[in-house]
Amino acid sequence: MIPGIKGSLLAAVSLALVGCAASDGKPQTASAQPAAEKSAKFNKDPYPSTYRPYAGRPTAVRGVTIFDGEGGRIDNGVVLFADGKVEAVGGGDTAIPAGYDVVDGSGKFVTPGIIDIHSHLGDYPSPGVEAHSDGNEATSPTTPEVWSEHSVWPQDPGFSRALANGGVTSLLVLPGSANLMGGRSVTLKNVPSRTVQGMKFPGAPYGLKMACGENPKRVYGGKGRAPSTRMGNFAVNRATWQKAAAYKKKMDEGKAVDRDLAMETLAGVLAGEILIHNHCYRADEMALVIDMSKEFGYKVSTFHHAVESYKIADLLAKEGICSAMWADWWGFKMEAYDSVNENVPLVHNAGACAIVHSDDANQIQRLNQEAAKALKAGRRMGINVSDEVAWTWLSHNPAKALGIGDRTGSLKAGKMADVVLWNGNPFSAYTRPEKVWIDGALMFDAMDPKRRPVSDFELGQPGEGDVK
Amino acid sequence: MMNLLNAISHLRSSRAKSRDAKAGADVSRLRSTRTGLGGALVAALALAAPAAAQDIAITNAKLVIGDGSAPVEGSTVVVRGGKVVAAGAGVAVPAGVERIDAGGRWVTPGIVAAFSRVGLVEVDAVGGTNDRNAPRTRFAAGLDIAPALNPMGSPVAVNRASGITRAIVAPGGSSNLFAGQGAVVDLGDDMDMVTKPRALQFVAFGEDGSAKAGGSRAATFLLFREQLLAARSYARNPAALAEWGNDAMLQRADADALVRVIDGTTPLFVRVDRAADIVNVLKLRQEFPALKLVLVGATEGWLVAREIAAARVPVLVSPLTDLPGTFEQLGATQSNAGRLKAAGVDVSVGVFDDDDAHKMGYATQYAGNLVALTRLPGASGMSWDQAFAALTSAPARAVGMEGSIGSLRPGRVGDVVIWDNDPLELGSRPTAIWIDGKAQSLTTRQDRLRDRYATPGEGALPKAYDR
Repeated sequence: MIPGIKGSLLAAVSLALVGCAASDGKPQTASAQPAAEKSAKFNKDPYPSTYRPYAGRPTAVRGVTIFDGEGGRIDNGVVLFADGKVEAVGGGDTAIPAGYDVVDGSGKFVTPGIIDIHSHLGDYPSPGVEAHSDGNEATSPTTPEVWSEHSVWPQDPGFSRALANGGVTSLLVLPGSANLMGGRSVTLKNVPSRTVQGMKFPGAPYGLKMACGENPKRVYGGKGRAPSTRMGNFAVNRATWQKAAAYKKKMDEGKAVDRDLAMETLAGVLAGEILIHNHCYRADEMALVIDMSKEFGYKVSTFHHAVESYKIADLLAKEGICSAMWADWWGFKMEAYDSVNENVPLVHNAGACAIVHSDDANQIQRLNQEAAKALKAGRRMGINVSDEVAWTWLSHNPAKALGIGDRTGSLKAGKMADVVLWNGNPFSAYTRPEKVWIDGALMFDAMDPKRRPVSDFELGQPGEGDVK
Repeated sequence: MMNLLNAISHLRSSRAKSRDAKAGADVSRLRSTRTGLGGALVAALALAAPAAAQDIAITNAKLVIGDGSAPVEGSTVVVRGGKVVAAGAGVAVPAGVERIDAGGRWVTPGIVAAFSRVGLVEVDAVGGTNDRNAPRTRFAAGLDIAPALNPMGSPVAVNRASGITRAIVAPGGSSNLFAGQGAVVDLGDDMDMVTKPRALQFVAFGEDGSAKAGGSRAATFLLFREQLLAARSYARNPAALAEWGNDAMLQRADADALVRVIDGTTPLFVRVDRAADIVNVLKLRQEFPALKLVLVGATEGWLVAREIAAARVPVLVSPLTDLPGTFEQLGATQSNAGRLKAAGVDVSVGVFDDDDAHKMGYATQYAGNLVALTRLPGASGMSWDQAFAALTSAPARAVGMEGSIGSLRPGRVGDVVIWDNDPLELGSRPTAIWIDGKAQSLTTRQDRLRDRYATPGEGALPKAYDR
């Protein structure tokens, strides 16, 4: 709302704004159409993706062990891709059409590209100077109106590390967790670009970052305002959801509304169009959030960090909510005190959706290693997950949780050719990505220094173009 | 470095680390549940009367000495009176010594955490449990972390269970340039943690140093020099300190500590990253020739590797630092450690810049990554043997204790680990650990939580009754 403006003047202002933001660019008038239609004219994609797959060559990778990302494994297999799409995944007898580049991967492994569902690359880029600190709009506990894409610096050198060392082909960039409602997240293809629009994953749904627990109450309690407690967290959330529900009702009833960017995001959540990514460590808080989501009619896609998911893995399985977890981070704050090394396999074992995430510009470079540690910890306690099934934690599950599971996250015919060739088993410390393709285009090749992206920031600096 | 990185990352989403710790949140402390070798009673007894050193012979071992030599299968290591007496392929088992068959598994010296805060922190963001920094003290170099160490803290048990048996522990920072004196500690399940007190003095140059010294590198170097000169004057005439009165540059305790730095008794661990800063730090020995320098971080060290090697100054690296997190890390690359090693620098591998109190176990993972780099065109890494030595004998050498810790050569402490797999491979874990020849518990409170929730859902009684 715009303070100090009331009544018809407000309506006029809002309608003018509606007109400006109309997707088709044609001027709208207040009386020409029913209001519901006008509401629908709020452009839901005003910063559209301009990403187009880069040129690739028809490619066959053969002689490799394949983890297809959905739990399948083929030894001595063949992966074919062309025109940006996976064409076939099969055994050694798979015919390789004429004209395909053939990569002999004997002794090597092929997987879908890793998808990190929790990153702040671009929003908290390197170097981490104050001028780059763009991840938390910590001026109000609820800022669903901010969009993380408006903070992404495409020149963050971290993107290239995630590609070359991590085999990361897509990632979710979230606002930070200072706020209860931190703003919209954005799903990116991990390709260098001059603009963030040139990285945006086409058609990926938006997400809303929410945060439980210590951070919001500390930040705002420290400023002498609500919330300063966990109960305050919930009170502010509920009041905000109530407001959003009223806004959405007005929209649904076809009434004219004053366009409110914050409410628009929340109404999108209530309509099921925007996915909730909820930073939440403690099991008891997750259970409360689940009830809050039912109270207001939305669904949590994924609890992030979810250090105590193992305590309520049965509940998370029943509710169909994913947990995005570290392998073993612990002890940095009170709500991270009850971490166990078996969190990921315990969640998986309960039939719930498990994801390994980074939240870190370093760990995003070795999510495969983090998954390996969790996998081994699980096996030690008798949870025998195979390597190929564990790969679902790194690509298929995060893809589904992001609403892009039908397009990427596994090596199935027709899906995006987001592919990593590893020079050994990717669950070994001795293994590195050798080649990374995104939509079938070779974006990194460890054997070719020319296929190593260098951000503007690093150009002309010590170590430019170095292995990193 | 830590300061800045922590400051910017503390809200990034999750990791409210040390710098945003709020004192006063003095909640009841959860003590680590130590279960000894099978129950609270055993633990209680163990604490009351620490297990005596056992005389043991571990046979049928894939033995790693830790000095850079290759593993040798079918080996035996003999520990008597808490010390290694023999280790190798042809070693006989003396009479009266308990024989433990390793079944062909890897047997190594315990890992020495090269630069850490283990024992100083329970929960970073709970101020009362975090003794890393002392920003409001009037003392600096004289601070001694020994009384701040908590051997009962759960990070000690968790780090031990990942194969860490010793650690070089440094203070984080004071209100002044010098952070204070660190210690070499053991991670044994007893109340006596300090192996060597005042084993090092810590100071940060670069951006962190500037922030302490008044805002510039020039101020840092001048303050460093003036404090050392003042300490030298004090050493010659202790009474002078009283004459200086309120204008004294140093407290007495600080002067005492710096005298030991000047004469080389106490190694000076210097956090420094920018290549130019490294060169200038090495030059400090022109005026203070006995300084026993150890570089910590050295992110751009590879750019001046020859200078570091020529100065014969050891380096502790957190080897996977490869981002230009600050302008003094523009040249960051994971090949730093390998390039330094190739230039002849004595390189130790540690875990800092991410979590230096809870996750020392990452050291083996990081070392494994260095091995991976040897297979990557254009990259520099370390052989397995070099990488493992960088976790054990190299840090021991850096802190001047190679004669007593960090390898299984005769005379060293009986810190022995049997692993379930290649210790540099992901997820490998110890199956048995001895520290000073004493068998150690490998159970942590994390394990207890895991066991309580191994099957979800409540039983006939709530989970609180399940232990």
